[in-house]
Amino acid sequence: MRLFRLAWLFFRINALNELQYRANFFVQLLQSLTALGTGLVGLAVVFDYTDSLRGWGFGELLAVLGVYTLTGGLIRTTIQPNMERLMDDVQRGTLDYALTKPADAQVLISVREVRVWQAVDIVMGLLILAVAVPRLDVAVGPVAVAAFLLALLLGGLMIYSFWLIITTGAFWLVRMHNVLELFQGMYRAGQWPVGIYPTWLRTGLTFLVPVAFAVTVPAEALTGRLTVQTLLGAIGLCALLLAVSRLWWRVGVRSYAGASA
Amino acid sequence: MRALPAVYLGLMKLSIQEQLQYRVANYFYMIGMIAEPVIYLVVWSTVARERGGEVGGYTAGTFAAYYIVWTLVRNMNIVFTPYGWEWRIRHGRLAIDLLRPIHPLHYDVAYFGGWKFVVILMWLPIAAVLILVFRPTLDPTLLEVGVFALAIWGAFFIRTMALWLLGMISFWTVRVGAIFELYFAAELLLSGRLVPLSLLPDWAERLADFLPFRWTFGYPIEALIGTLPPAELLGGLLAQLGWIIAGLVAVRLLWGRAVRRFSAVGM
Repeated sequence: MRLFRLAWLFFRINALNELQYRANFFVQLLQSLTALGTGLVGLAVVFDYTDSLRGWGFGELLAVLGVYTLTGGLIRTTIQPNMERLMDDVQRGTLDYALTKPADAQVLISVREVRVWQAVDIVMGLLILAVAVPRLDVAVGPVAVAAFLLALLLGGLMIYSFWLIITTGAFWLVRMHNVLELFQGMYRAGQWPVGIYPTWLRTGLTFLVPVAFAVTVPAEALTGRLTVQTLLGAIGLCALLLAVSRLWWRVGVRSYAGASA
Repeated sequence: MRALPAVYLGLMKLSIQEQLQYRVANYFYMIGMIAEPVIYLVVWSTVARERGGEVGGYTAGTFAAYYIVWTLVRNMNIVFTPYGWEWRIRHGRLAIDLLRPIHPLHYDVAYFGGWKFVVILMWLPIAAVLILVFRPTLDPTLLEVGVFALAIWGAFFIRTMALWLLGMISFWTVRVGAIFELYFAAELLLSGRLVPLSLLPDWAERLADFLPFRWTFGYPIEALIGTLPPAELLGGLLAQLGWIIAGLVAVRLLWGRAVRRFSAVGM
């Protein structure tokens, strides 16, 4: 409970700090709008030539785009800034300040940063979903919404664990920023349901980089495609990834030499 | 003026040596870039298959060729970013450049031009893997290969100057981010980067004829994959030349004004 209070406190401080810079909101809004615009044009051109893509209709792919935007916003608001800070701290040796604090270090490094203006994408994603959901063939009931939220939470936790595992690599390799670019490239694949990709790529996007669980599975929940097996699999893999990332983080911290001491 | 070729040679050697040091960083960057065309490729080959194998003259095989050649053209398209101008002005780099006897455009062309040799070299294994995985239908004639070899450099020059002009707006206002965003969005849609231009609606394709974007992206790709009739194949090089000259004139005009403005606020 104390850890949640700590996270909430960090969130408020950071939010207040960033809210001073109002102009950044408009920059972010424009960026989100152009991303949305190009995403929509891409969809429109494809649907000029076909009515469905591997069984996904226009409304359903719009829902995928909504989830993609929403999850991307969540990642860039909370996960990415913290992991970037962690990489910088390892590189400059300033991680000492976090490690010497009495709270659990992993929690601390995971909640220190938040970029509130990136939340524009979260709102944008929800708006796209609001447009997309009435266009779906299936009615979205409370069960589907609950499954969607659960899938979203699981996907977010998996992306977090994935990032923590990668970022922990910085303890040995120091320079990891290029890995970020690699992730951003891979994440873009989530704009489309992973089912359209060839098997080797689909496997990579499911287990190597959990884009499938972060975007496609929540979208499946909304479009009435989610099976109980998939959801159970997501829960299992999520638990596994959380455990592995925790262990890996501990191994990493042990090999951290610091710089200031 | 006689010293210019020597300056170019020196700067290009320098950038080649510098970039060869950062092989791993370069590779990560190039591999991260591959996700984008692979996504487009998968989507469009799926559409082609759902329509019985063909869409707008493209099959899964020609789409593969289009988006694999795309990766090299995209790399040739990387030039000094307009976002960098603010840094150049703020950190006084420009003041140093202005003291030198030759136009700063030469430095960027030579530096990035040299880097391209490293990029092309490093691209070859990536292309080999993509070819093995996606089996493109690619059977260019000697003429097409020759035109392509010229066209990718034409694309490099056009984009260098287009982004220079864009970046120079930084001399007049600091709120340039919005302009850049819109420019890049228009470029993405109307260059052939997102999708071959012939698949766009007619009005959009006609609009692209009046803009430089297609000559930096779609044209070199189409030249190599063989979708252009001979007249357009060679005519494209002339169009590129036209845009290069227009770019040079515009840079010359704007640069004079920009520098006057810079000395007013800078030193």
